[in-house]
Amino acid sequence: MTTRSTPRVLAAALATAVLIAILSIKLNSFRDYQIAEIAIEVTAVAGLTILTGLSGQISLGNGAFMAIGAYVTALLMLHLNWPFYLVLVLAAAITAAAGAVVGVAAARLHGPYLAGATLLLGVALPSVAYAYTGYFGGDQGLDVTFTTPAFLGVNFPLTRWEAWVCSAVALVTLVLLANLGRSRVGRSWRAVRDNEVAAALAGVNVAAARVLAFVVSAACAGLAGALLAIVTGLVAPGAFTITLSIALLTAAVIGGLGTLPGAVWGSLVIVLVPTYATDVATSHGLSSSVASNIPVAAYGAVLILVMLLFPQGIQGALRWLLGLFGLSPGRARPPADIPDALVPADDPPAVTQRRPASPEGSSSGTT
Amino acid sequence: MVEFLQFTLSGLSFGMIYAAIALSLVLIWRGTRLLNFAQGGMAMFTTYIALEVIRHTGSYWAGFVVALAAGVVLGAAAELAVIRPALGKPELNAVIITIGLLILLEGLAGIFYGGQYRSFPTAFSIIGLRAGSTPLGVSRFDVFVALAVLAATLLLAVGFRYTSAGLRMRAAAFNATVARLSGIRVARVITVGWALAGLLGALAGVLVTPSTFLYPNSMDSIFVFGFTAAVIGGLDSPLGAVVGGLLLGVVLSYAGGYLGSQGSDLTALVALGILVVVLMLRPDGIFSGARVRRV
Repeated sequence: MTTRSTPRVLAAALATAVLIAILSIKLNSFRDYQIAEIAIEVTAVAGLTILTGLSGQISLGNGAFMAIGAYVTALLMLHLNWPFYLVLVLAAAITAAAGAVVGVAAARLHGPYLAGATLLLGVALPSVAYAYTGYFGGDQGLDVTFTTPAFLGVNFPLTRWEAWVCSAVALVTLVLLANLGRSRVGRSWRAVRDNEVAAALAGVNVAAARVLAFVVSAACAGLAGALLAIVTGLVAPGAFTITLSIALLTAAVIGGLGTLPGAVWGSLVIVLVPTYATDVATSHGLSSSVASNIPVAAYGAVLILVMLLFPQGIQGALRWLLGLFGLSPGRARPPADIPDALVPADDPPAVTQRRPASPEGSSSGTT
Repeated sequence: MVEFLQFTLSGLSFGMIYAAIALSLVLIWRGTRLLNFAQGGMAMFTTYIALEVIRHTGSYWAGFVVALAAGVVLGAAAELAVIRPALGKPELNAVIITIGLLILLEGLAGIFYGGQYRSFPTAFSIIGLRAGSTPLGVSRFDVFVALAVLAATLLLAVGFRYTSAGLRMRAAAFNATVARLSGIRVARVITVGWALAGLLGALAGVLVTPSTFLYPNSMDSIFVFGFTAAVIGGLDSPLGAVVGGLLLGVVLSYAGGYLGSQGSDLTALVALGILVVVLMLRPDGIFSGARVRRV
């Protein structure tokens, strides 16, 4: 990502847009729905991969920001009848503000403590919808009506339009994030991630950089939540469980943490693997409780295998493959420069905090 | 006043469960510097095994013992099979592997046992105890829950303090390199830590399931609160895990009791409030040691 110039990013985004447009027309409406689903996932995961991969702050609560975006969307469209593009902007702005609040609270926390706080945020926030049924519709949630615009004609399938809207938002988000990651802001995030003290000495405002990363990541999640609201047509707390937040982090790491293409690969995995496994299971005529759980088990197994086989995620594996064939030498860096990116800004081990698990260490005990 | 006593006692009883989960997370954290997200899933799975055994033998205690044994095996097997190969790689990889393990176990439980809610028997009566004529808000079984976790905690504490195996574990957690140089098989010590964590998790599962029912996701929220308890107490401190668990249990019990139905909807929000307050004051938990930061 860091080596790509803006024209290359734009060209890649345009090519993807064309590809999606063709696919969405060729494929049936269920696949269109899946395209929308993947685009939503990409939007949220891209924000998270910036937060965790670049600024080094882990978040297990980005599902909460998606919930905020979705509820803002539902409430604005229900009560005020705002046009969707305005709703989208406001949803992003409000979740960004929420991200600022969380970011300020999180700025002092590290590693597992940040993980714990954000995980609980992800669990706690959607429960507000149960407590204040009058505003948020409780368990039933709020209905969202979204229609195709008039200029496309009456026969234009809604799912295709939704796929287009979601993909457009996802691509714009990716382009903006790619630029941001390469800018002064992105460099200050990396500096803070790699060594807070050194970054501060070099004149980086550490606290501001950390909070800003949360703001950006929350805004992306808010956009994703708004898109989710129009695609599912329903905003209910059941959609924003702890599973969602965990899936976002999983997608970011599986794809290759800190890389935007990785956000795309990871989203493809977590949307398509369960669906594909369901298709296989149901086509073999298994009983429903077995058929509905095989995808879950398969998904878990895939997560474990990918992490064991490709420690740098899918993007890392692709880079390695490209490097093998001597292609794009500019990007085929040795994977060894990534690992530090993945350490959630924890302190270097002091006397009481020795990391016990170096590769040679864990094996020497058994031999 | 009577209400207050009831809420406190039932909160303490639930807090012991959180403490058990928190303690198991602390054991793993001290050994591997890793959050085990599969802890709740492992406990759920061993509880299913216990239920099968109870159904076939008709004996609660057979199921209880088998669950604990299964916890030991599952903990050690998880460490050996999927965690050890991931250590030394980027830190989050091992975390994602534990998440994968959690999802795998939940899927397998669904395949083997289906998704329906199952009730789980208790060892003792669940009729509320009374002191004279005042109801205490806890049953004989709640007392057993508290005593069982307390006994396990004390056994662990004594084991860590007075046995040579405990000394090895403490040494490995304190400084793995020096421990290795002194001839301690650190890798084996870590496996033992995972096995003990599996045992504590299994204990928590068997003890909490009568009040939550058993289904593939039944331990999710218990895990979240156990994790919260560990974070409140400080992930390096076993004492902190117990204190954090009890604190959380009692406060959540007050919230559920005094705030009515809205309070029970908002328990997670209340827990978040406690967590934020504690971490604002002490970013590494209540019982964190001195922080050394290398420049």
